[in-house]
Amino acid sequence: MATHALPLSAEKTALGTIYEWIGTADHKKIGLMYIVYSLLFLVIMGIEAILMRIQLAHANSTFLSPQVFNRLFTMHGTTGVFFVAMPILFGFGNYLVPLMIGARDMAFPRLNAFSFWMTAFGGFLLYASFFAGVGLSQAGIAPDVGWFAYAPLTSPVFSPGHNTDYWTLSLLLAGVGSIAGAANMIATVLCLRCPGMTLSRMPLLAWMNLVMGGLILVTISPLTAAQLMLMVDRYIGGHFFDVAAGGSVVMWIHFFWIFGHPEVYVLIIPCFGFVSEIVPVFSRKAMFGYPAMVAASVGIGFVSLGVWAHHMFTVGMPSYGNAFFVLTTMVVAVPTGIKIFNWLATMWGGKIRFATPMMFCIGFLFQFLIAGLSGIMLATAPFDWQLANSYFVVAHFHYVIVGGILFSIFAAFYYWFPKMAGRTLDETLGQWHFWMFLIGFHLTFDFMHIPGVLGMPRRIYTYEAGRGWETWNLISSIGVVFQVAGILIFVFNMIRSYAKGVPAGNDPWDAWTLEWATTSPPPDYNLARIPEVLSRRPLWDIKHPEDPDWRYE
Amino acid sequence: MSTHPAVIESNAASWTLPSRGKVGMVSLIIAESAIFTIFIAAYIFYIGKSISGPSPHEILRIPIMTTICLLSSSLTMHWAVTALEKGQTSVFISFWLLTFALGAIFIGGTAREWHHLIVDQGFTIQTNLFGTTYYSLVGLHASHVTAGLIALFIVGAFGLAGKLKREHSERCEVIAMYWHFVDAVWVVVFTVVYIIGR
Amino acid sequence: MCRPASVLARSSRGPLSPTNIFSPDSTPAHSIFRLSIFELEVEGAIFVVVFSLLAYAVIRFRERKQHDNSEPPQIYGSNQMELAWTVLPVLIVVVLFLTTAQVIHRVQDARRPAGAIEVTVVGHQFWWEYRYPQYGFTTANELHVPISDAQHTTPTFLALLSADVDHSFWVPRLAGKTDLIPNHPNSMWIDPQETGVFLGQCSQYCGTQHAKMLQRVYVQSRADFDQWVRAQQQPAVADAATAAGAALFIAKACFACHTVRGTMARGVAGPELTHLMSRETIGSGAVPNTPENLGKWIRDPGVFKPGSLMPPQDLTDSERDQITGYLQTLR
Repeated sequence: MATHALPLSAEKTALGTIYEWIGTADHKKIGLMYIVYSLLFLVIMGIEAILMRIQLAHANSTFLSPQVFNRLFTMHGTTGVFFVAMPILFGFGNYLVPLMIGARDMAFPRLNAFSFWMTAFGGFLLYASFFAGVGLSQAGIAPDVGWFAYAPLTSPVFSPGHNTDYWTLSLLLAGVGSIAGAANMIATVLCLRCPGMTLSRMPLLAWMNLVMGGLILVTISPLTAAQLMLMVDRYIGGHFFDVAAGGSVVMWIHFFWIFGHPEVYVLIIPCFGFVSEIVPVFSRKAMFGYPAMVAASVGIGFVSLGVWAHHMFTVGMPSYGNAFFVLTTMVVAVPTGIKIFNWLATMWGGKIRFATPMMFCIGFLFQFLIAGLSGIMLATAPFDWQLANSYFVVAHFHYVIVGGILFSIFAAFYYWFPKMAGRTLDETLGQWHFWMFLIGFHLTFDFMHIPGVLGMPRRIYTYEAGRGWETWNLISSIGVVFQVAGILIFVFNMIRSYAKGVPAGNDPWDAWTLEWATTSPPPDYNLARIPEVLSRRPLWDIKHPEDPDWRYE
Repeated sequence: MSTHPAVIESNAASWTLPSRGKVGMVSLIIAESAIFTIFIAAYIFYIGKSISGPSPHEILRIPIMTTICLLSSSLTMHWAVTALEKGQTSVFISFWLLTFALGAIFIGGTAREWHHLIVDQGFTIQTNLFGTTYYSLVGLHASHVTAGLIALFIVGAFGLAGKLKREHSERCEVIAMYWHFVDAVWVVVFTVVYIIGR
Repeated sequence: MCRPASVLARSSRGPLSPTNIFSPDSTPAHSIFRLSIFELEVEGAIFVVVFSLLAYAVIRFRERKQHDNSEPPQIYGSNQMELAWTVLPVLIVVVLFLTTAQVIHRVQDARRPAGAIEVTVVGHQFWWEYRYPQYGFTTANELHVPISDAQHTTPTFLALLSADVDHSFWVPRLAGKTDLIPNHPNSMWIDPQETGVFLGQCSQYCGTQHAKMLQRVYVQSRADFDQWVRAQQQPAVADAATAAGAALFIAKACFACHTVRGTMARGVAGPELTHLMSRETIGSGAVPNTPENLGKWIRDPGVFKPGSLMPPQDLTDSERDQITGYLQTLR
């Protein structure tokens, strides 16, 4: 009954280990590579944020030049979306979904490896830009056009150097990797479920990855198309966005947001999956309203394709155009609200255990609620005419991405780290991580709404005194210290627990889905025998033979 | 906190799920459709908006022959795969190679048309909005046809070496799905560029 | 019209900030303000309800005894609850949408009355060009409009164009922002109801010095505004004392980018300088308009605004002083 906490045996050479990881097509190893890669870039984008917050803590600061600042915010946003959020969600999905559906690997293991290496290479290409040109101290020739790279700022006339090219090419590569990854996930979920696992018995995380995959297919592709058009303009003299030839700048803006809005749903939907797995286990109750959760998620996926121009309320669409997008954007809030109520109802009447994964989920619920409410303010076009492109928007989307997505990712780490590493993360350090990060998050992003309301635009490297912005910016900058502390505690926790944490065993949380039916970490083949399942919670059925789920579903 | 894997024995022989090759190809087709949709939207939006230079009406000749070749290649592709499903490998290889030939004629015809436009008439991707959108859209499609031809070539080589049997018919069917998609895109591109836009 | 250089007109102060969106002073800003307060009230109610439920659940349903191994009753769902918390949000959405659509229409589709002032705004990297077609002159960076009161509604309608990349016009106390996009003319209107200076700045990232593309809107009484217009309409008056500086202005090719009406300087790449000294700031709000700052600016604009598109000028100290002296006469 020996438990092997470490997945590697001691006899392998260092070179052999490296080759094993570089050449692997195993979904668990690829998942871990995605996750480690994302954490590396999370730290890098955090450093970019720290530098920017130092610059913005005071009016008329000269800590950073405008050129460096503009490169930093472009890299920060681009990195966050494409080289932190997407890969980390792919990482968890790749690792967990085959285990959860009782499969041995993803549908296309070698394509899986291809996806990872395309994404990885894209990130390295983007960051090569920091070292080119004038060198790292000036942030090289990193792209400086904002993460949405509006035309005509990206035209050869206004961006004569290669900065924009790094942006275009690295994202093109990463996009190909994402599309392949999405096709892989869809085929896995539709084709590799174990016997008895109908779609209505699948864990919600698997459902969310399915919806995410479908959304990626129609979301990343418009960006790929727009980037190909930009390349035609920049490299071979095309006129897609060339105003002098009659081209339309607004067309870029439409195409970008046709990608950009569903993309944020691509990011949040798997996080809904994490919360939907963790909240029931730590409330000791089945997920309330499983069919509604599925329907709401699919509905969100579809409606999210029709809301993009709420990023364009200031661009000058006619009034009926603006009104249409107000309506669709508010409509998408309905299924999102339904999900929050279902999670609440899951907790209601339960026996809530406040382990670290659950703490982060409760933080998620609170912050996602607020982010949704500030989102509705932005959906109200006239209100948006004031708030767009201001720090209110920056506060809103960081509320979603950090307060929502990152909190749920932390929850996922604490919940599934034992399965992946064979040892649990230290609970005391976890609580320290949670509270420090919570304080830091709220200091930075709650107060960030205020400068927006007081007229501070985004993407400015400095600001005048006397606008009433200094105090709030200073508070936001101070919050960074606590967030950094939280992250350092988290990283330390992971390293220490990996080396000498308490062995986890198969099922440390007393959970109900199939990944907990195998060892921690799982063997290469996942499960010795492909199981047959009769309900949504196969392990509940085993642990409660007198009261199995399949009697009630 | 058990360390023994807890599983339920499986005895379900009737559990069938879709083929992953087909699901994967459908996913790819959906993504590619989205890319083409964006290029077609740009093409349609820019119809009549060129400030200078030749218009489609002045300069485009309708590629009837190459279109017939490409569209009939879908038929020959279908016959090829059907033959392989029945184990008729020689019928399969004949139709497969015919499909390749028809696709190659399409590419050759496109190349000729472009040579005439670029070299004889000086009409390039830089000329005006029409030039940019035309070469981009038709070129995007042609690159997809070319990728298909490469796949057809590889499979054709295996076929000529006698390696393909009935059990490979599903994989050929997956390639056939891609080929039909490329033909369907041509129907749309042809309509937009040579009929509506002209 | 000379201002003491050390005293910039005090900007109209709203509570907390001169650019506070909750301190409106013009009909579009007022409409937005009223809608936003209504919405904040609705959302405040939603927040209180949902947060209370969350807080209650977390407290009331926490596990009391550690691991007593009994599970609570498993509830799988409830169709009535799902229906309730679908229908209610839909109703809220309908209400919010209808009130919003009304304000959109009222602001965007407002008719232009006779007597409205018309200004064409052209965005440049990194300054604002203001053309007054009704009066036949062009100025830069500081927009003057007359006050609009109930008896004499005199809104100012702004046509928004761009000479290069995307910009956005945002003076929060007067209106929401509208973008300036090349090849895509936009329009907006303001009708400020108090005199004073209103601040704003470009709100669409437009390049290196996006942060210092600041805006100043001077709302004046009708009489003051008419006086300002008449002064702006005059060409520059030649002054013999600064003839050498005027000659250098031409010799050093300043005329290639700048216009001084009444001289041969007709450049349009940079701001109109005919009445430079009627403006309180230079560099579109970067620094106050003092002789010393002016001298430093024309030597090297990068000192105040690194990344500005005006290149440094190779001038001796004497040349710089002469040009500055000449510019000081452009009142």
